Amino acid sequence: MTVVATTTWRGAPDRRIRRLPRLLAGLTDGRTTGLNVHERSYGPVPLPADTGRGRAARAKASRLIDVVERSGLTGRGGAGFPTGRKLRSVAAGPGPAVVVANGAEGEPASRKDRLLLSRAPHLVMDGISLAAFAVGATQAYLAVHDDDPRLMASLEAAAQSRTVAGIDQVPIQIVGIEGRYVASEQTAIVQHINGGPGLPTFTPPRTHERGVANRPTALNNVETLAHLALIARYGDNWFREVGLPSAPGSTLVTVSGAVGRPGVYEIELGTPIGEVLMLAGGPVERPQAVLVGGYFGTWLEAETAWPVPMSHAALRSVGGAMGAGILIVLPESSCGLAETARVIRYLADETAGQCGPCMFGLPALADALADLAYHGGRGDAAARIAGLIPLIEGRGACRHPDGATQLAVSALSAFRHDARWHDEHGPCFGIRHEPLLPIPGDVEYW
Amino acid sequence: MSQHLRVNPIMCTGHGMCAELLPEFIRLDPWGYPIIPAEPVPDELRGLARRAAAACPTLALLIDQRRD
Repeated sequence: MTVVATTTWRGAPDRRIRRLPRLLAGLTDGRTTGLNVHERSYGPVPLPADTGRGRAARAKASRLIDVVERSGLTGRGGAGFPTGRKLRSVAAGPGPAVVVANGAEGEPASRKDRLLLSRAPHLVMDGISLAAFAVGATQAYLAVHDDDPRLMASLEAAAQSRTVAGIDQVPIQIVGIEGRYVASEQTAIVQHINGGPGLPTFTPPRTHERGVANRPTALNNVETLAHLALIARYGDNWFREVGLPSAPGSTLVTVSGAVGRPGVYEIELGTPIGEVLMLAGGPVERPQAVLVGGYFGTWLEAETAWPVPMSHAALRSVGGAMGAGILIVLPESSCGLAETARVIRYLADETAGQCGPCMFGLPALADALADLAYHGGRGDAAARIAGLIPLIEGRGACRHPDGATQLAVSALSAFRHDARWHDEHGPCFGIRHEPLLPIPGDVEYW
Repeated sequence: MSQHLRVNPIMCTGHGMCAELLPEFIRLDPWGYPIIPAEPVPDELRGLARRAAAACPTLALLIDQRRD
């Protein structure tokens, strides 16, 4: 998979940057942006000399949270929760807080967090330091998957260079998280840092109330923190110059499937899906459907998807969700049911095995879908699948089972004609198409 | 105050004691795990609900008191 080559950043620290790209502005081809180049591009991180728990420092921290709240920044990890509000509630919690940056990108079809961490680590780390200051944290962690030792080593080096330069008052600790899907769920990350098995836990208590070491914990996606680093420098008005009034700013999306130039792109929030796909070279074959939001996401029929703006509200209105900004184009020649069956099987294999309905329900759902996709039903397959959904949905400790059922339900709707064909006549020709959706451990198709 | 039942799905290992003691309210899914209605526990079943929660071998059945 290629990563978009963006034009090199040429702005002096005090000069307004162009509309887009923002996060990807400083990237030079294939290299990690070092601390010197980073500071030349964006200027030093705007942290006051005193970031302690004194009154003056706390007033400044509160003003930083004000700016973040006014910017309208929302979490870029999937849930889309307002970042300012989260920081405010952690800052108000009892005692010193903890900041955790989630860079353990669990979505197999997402590449944006890895891109940011491998190419612009200091932007993310600036964000971590600013968040730590904002909430009055005494510990800061950056969680990444441990299956990439080179990335971990380069992040360690980046954190080290910041400590030497005296930038981070709270040193950033790099934490390796197991490479499985549920391990990047936020309660799982907290439990891992707490010395536990790195599996989702039963809530409440919620992370922002009692997370790492039972302290109020601000857990944010790494892209969110990179935006925070720019908002702290250029202000909330600058942030709102792109995007929608209701969904301001830019966001990173990972586009793959049947498009000319798959990769990570930075777009304004509210850009129609069709336009985003054209940025990625457009469809290379007649598109059938688009998977929006990743493996906890939604299949939308191509003609439905095309005009929908990329924003949480717009996608919700068509029954979808933005997730971590993933778009996968399914060509007409593929079978959406077979693709979905493969992904549900993967999600079933990825269950933490803690909750019965997920542990037993997801394999049953995968079986039923595979049966329909590869063998055809006996005229009742869709009803059997629909009957399983309420036995799974909302019955786990985390959202893993719900993500899987949402994907299955959307597949039965977007591919309803194909589902009827499979059910009555047997598999379609599409099942011979080589698999499109990436499954970790399988051959990589991009 | 209304009384709601909730299950901690991580603790629950599907003994099925709750459905045994409170079949009017709790049924089991095909894998033996309890399906708890979102509605409040009917007044006449409150005592049985308390017994079911206390009898759960893994203490996975929780009673929430909610202000109406």
